Amino acid sequence: MSGAGPDRPHDARDGDAAPAPSGQDDGSGRDGWRRLDRRTIVVTALRLAGLAVVAGIPAGAGLAGTVGSGWAVAAVVGGAALLIAAGTGAEYVRWRRTRYRVLPERFELRRGILVRTRRSLNRDRIRSVDITAPPLLRLFSLTQVRIGTAERTGSGESALALLPITRADAEELRTTLLHRPAGDRAAAGTGAPAGTEPPQGTPRTDGTAGADRVDSTDGTDGGAVPGAADPGVLATFRPSWVRFAPVSVLTPALGAAAFGAVLQVAEWLGLQDGVVSWALDRLRALPLPTAVLFVVLTGLAAGVVGSIAVFVEWWWRFRLEREPTGTLRVRRGLLTTRSVSLEERRLRGVELLEPLGNRMLGAARVDAVATGLSEQPAKNERTEHKTLLPPAPRWDADRVAAAVLREPVSPTESVGLRRHPRAARGRRIRWALSVVAVPVSAAVVLGLTVWTPALVVAALLAAVGVPVAVALAFEAYANLGHGLTGGYLVARNGSVLRRTVALQRRGVIGWTARQSFFQRRRGLITLTATTAAGSQGYSVYDVGTNEGLRFAEAAVPDLFGPFLEPVGGTEPPGGTPRTAGAPPATRKDVERHTDGD
Amino acid sequence: MTGNGTDDASGITDPAPGPVRLRAPRHRLDRRARRLWWTRSGLVLIAAVVALGVPAVLSGPAGPWLLLGLGVVAVCGVPVAVALPLWWYHVHRWEITDDAVYTRTGLLWQEWRVAPMSRIQTVDTERGPLERVFGLVTVTVTTASAKGPLTIPGLDHRLAADVAERLTRTTQATPGDAT
Repeated sequence: MSGAGPDRPHDARDGDAAPAPSGQDDGSGRDGWRRLDRRTIVVTALRLAGLAVVAGIPAGAGLAGTVGSGWAVAAVVGGAALLIAAGTGAEYVRWRRTRYRVLPERFELRRGILVRTRRSLNRDRIRSVDITAPPLLRLFSLTQVRIGTAERTGSGESALALLPITRADAEELRTTLLHRPAGDRAAAGTGAPAGTEPPQGTPRTDGTAGADRVDSTDGTDGGAVPGAADPGVLATFRPSWVRFAPVSVLTPALGAAAFGAVLQVAEWLGLQDGVVSWALDRLRALPLPTAVLFVVLTGLAAGVVGSIAVFVEWWWRFRLEREPTGTLRVRRGLLTTRSVSLEERRLRGVELLEPLGNRMLGAARVDAVATGLSEQPAKNERTEHKTLLPPAPRWDADRVAAAVLREPVSPTESVGLRRHPRAARGRRIRWALSVVAVPVSAAVVLGLTVWTPALVVAALLAAVGVPVAVALAFEAYANLGHGLTGGYLVARNGSVLRRTVALQRRGVIGWTARQSFFQRRRGLITLTATTAAGSQGYSVYDVGTNEGLRFAEAAVPDLFGPFLEPVGGTEPPGGTPRTAGAPPATRKDVERHTDGD
Repeated sequence: MTGNGTDDASGITDPAPGPVRLRAPRHRLDRRARRLWWTRSGLVLIAAVVALGVPAVLSGPAGPWLLLGLGVVAVCGVPVAVALPLWWYHVHRWEITDDAVYTRTGLLWQEWRVAPMSRIQTVDTERGPLERVFGLVTVTVTTASAKGPLTIPGLDHRLAADVAERLTRTTQATPGDAT
């Protein structure tokens, strides 16, 4: 297989270099059209061979029982050969018929075996070039490249994929496509040197691409380079962060899954009954509490191992860097390596996420709030795209948030969050209790009518559920907060998962105020800042009506402002009496006046 | 904290020092919107009555129960169908200033939405078959946020055309990239 290495199809690039004025020829072959890497055929053959082995051995074993081992081997080998030949042939045709090229204004892709399609992207609309390398492709220095664009096409597909091209080509393509003339980026306030840059093929592009290529072809993938001193590097993986992995919801889920997996494997081997009865015999020998404890601890141990494994596979060699072309880049992955990029001019803020477990250990995750690509159908793809920092110590998260936003201090840290009226706490307690009340009352009804022991269940549910629910309600209330700092609007909410969003005020494109009948009675209101970024709207829940509206107006002037009117009489309880005689309410005013209790 | 240039100078346009609230937008919907909604809920009611009544007449044993259901639908449904459009008409309001579009909707959950001219992306007008009968149009104003569309249901079609044209003109004249 390694013989395929030296004779890449790309050496043609150096051969018949077109007379490109920039000195860097973007293409090979006629009119700059380039092919995917030829070794994809080998990769496909290997993948199919692996599939044939996995599927063929049980099939062969089954067949051997009925038609004799000789025939079984012949059938399985024949079938495998057919599968590999057909799949490899199809892959060959796909490789032959897929071409792409980079033009000064556009990126074009031709593909399709029966139906030929030709996609042409405006390079201005290209938002991201993401590179993924699963283990098998990594053996060949190959990568999968996905080009994300802001253009919406008829099919609803907004990303183009090149599967696969070499790592060096991917890096080069990434640099070329994400690089834009400086004037374009000036608005984003990036530190890129202005002027003097022709649209593409600049010496700097060459330099960057070349450096990346050296970096990546020597097998280091760039991730392990000890370049933490590099000013462009905002954060790198620290092994100590692994401690935050087990305190996630993943741990119990994986623990439960481990038991399922053991049973599943046992079933495949026909040992299910044996395993189950053996385990039950062992457990029966123990007293009940010990047995339960043993099972729970075993599950938890499996879950901890599993969640650490997932965390390490996902985040190993994590590296967040800022590139001179105004792009944030996240690279990570142990077996499958990934590179995700985000244009800084798309950034509208950051979000700090602190699940309960992480919060107790003082850790937080940082997500980007960015425009574009938000309507991607695959939800996990979005999550993948927006996470800038895995769970890390809170101070680290704040530091990274500040660096990403180019602020001296993270707005999530510098803001003085204002609490919400007490009435909001009452609402949360009532919600929590009603959530508990449903199963409890169902059990009570069941106990009174059909099955008396259900009353015990109801009592247990209430005894456990009520304190937990009330504690979560208090937590939810304590986490409510809003504030302004510099150019940012900061809002926080959540109990099990606490979210603190810092949204650029210039990124707010409208306000929505919502008030239910019950909120109106208590003088509360929920305000949502609509934005083109992230989840499209960020809410300040259950804030006092007067305070909330003034906050909205101070955050983004002249939206709700012209539509405000003074209230005759007094605010309902929860509203805040304001110092009279103050000049027209300013943001400082809103921030400083004390909250009424 | 200072130096933003946006807060201290402009602040809140309303200098009222006391508590504030959102005022109602200036304009009501077209009066014919009530008739549209009455017709709509009437059609739903008729469908429900037919769905319950036909089997009630045809089938023997379950008949009384279905008739009971029919009665409940009639007793509860008719007042609701009559009252809701009146209430909606009372609550739904809209207003377009030189700088923004402002709407209020909702009964138990009231909702106020505002979108500035500079952020408006598209202005859609839509006429369903029933709306066409009453000469009404639904105008939807979208921004770059998927959560930010403003809907004004039930405008006179001539007025809606004017509104759409005016919005389109204003948004084209207003600088800004809408994100």
